[in-house]
Amino acid sequence: MNAEVTAETVPEKKEFWRWQENVWVDETKDWKTAKIITCGIDVGSVSSQAVLVIDGELYGFNSMRTGNNSPDSATNALQGVMDKCGMKLEDIHYVVGTGYGRVNVPFAHKAITEIACHARGANYMGGNGVRTILDMGGQDCKAIHCDEKGKVTNFLMNDKCAAGTGRGMEVISDLMQIPIAELGPRSFDVDVEPSAVSSVCVVFAKSEALGLLKAGYTKNKVIAAYCQAMAERVVSLLERIGVEEGFFITGGIAKNPGVVKRIEKILGIKAMETKVDSQIAGALGAALFGYTLMSKKAAAA
Amino acid sequence: MIANYGYKDGSGEYYISIDTDKCISCSAERACLTACPKQMFEIITDDYDDEVAWVKKPNCRTLSYDCADCKPSGGYTSLPCMTACTPGAIKHSW
Repeated sequence: MNAEVTAETVPEKKEFWRWQENVWVDETKDWKTAKIITCGIDVGSVSSQAVLVIDGELYGFNSMRTGNNSPDSATNALQGVMDKCGMKLEDIHYVVGTGYGRVNVPFAHKAITEIACHARGANYMGGNGVRTILDMGGQDCKAIHCDEKGKVTNFLMNDKCAAGTGRGMEVISDLMQIPIAELGPRSFDVDVEPSAVSSVCVVFAKSEALGLLKAGYTKNKVIAAYCQAMAERVVSLLERIGVEEGFFITGGIAKNPGVVKRIEKILGIKAMETKVDSQIAGALGAALFGYTLMSKKAAAA
Repeated sequence: MIANYGYKDGSGEYYISIDTDKCISCSAERACLTACPKQMFEIITDDYDDEVAWVKKPNCRTLSYDCADCKPSGGYTSLPCMTACTPGAIKHSW
């Protein structure tokens, strides 16, 4: 029997992985009175951010999902925050692109790697006591050491596989059919902390998670096992460069307490807290680099 | 700055570390560029405007294969890049 499939009969697919996009502007500041306005655009593999900095201070940002076209993602991210505060591209003095799509930001004056930008951004967000930065990005993971000025002294990046990245968490979110923002809190709602699933491959982890569900694990327990695997994965990267006091986490996973608390437990160090969205660290650092360059130019003139 | 290029996967850790402070004023005349049989190194201007060597992006994800020929089984007693880098800027994780 062939039932006719219509738009009405096809159930709408819920996107459990979809995280909250965010636009914010500091209403207490007036960009029209600023001397130097700079912008950082971080075109990542999963998310894109545009950050506006006025006179060296964070003014506004837009964080949204990266589309299938880097230039469009950069333009849309910037347009979102400019619309919010009534700014035009001509009002911005300097634009720095960063992230994997940094060379495809059409209006950028300079491109700087996300490693340097995350260190600079974390230095602003966490203060000059930040020494070790863990950036858990959409499809890569970076461990960075920096000095009191936010200059990188040691780094490593793993972008070969999705283990320990935001994309891995999105996969588990879809598999469990639980909104991604709920994964962290739910991972603590277990009677006994389970062993970690595979920490070296998202595909293996997904297979293991399915096996655990069939074996009678609750969804929360499977999520806990995955959060633990993710924590173990990134800690193994961190241990390669060493962890110093002044530990700061950036990227989307910094919003997942299920992973953050487990990382803290393994390392025996508490991560520094910030009121600023952890996802904008790269773009913020890029904008601050732009501010430094413009300040030097102005001083030389 | 210590720059680690490479990855960790299920088969092990594969990183080439370059100490850029030693690399900036290279006294070996950038011998790493020619010493590597796979020509994995190249000179770039980094984020702090220093001219330093790095491992080419595509090689960063295939080090376990790319560097296999230079291991003792390939007839080398020491890695050619490390031997050529007399300032001691290059190190390997294996």
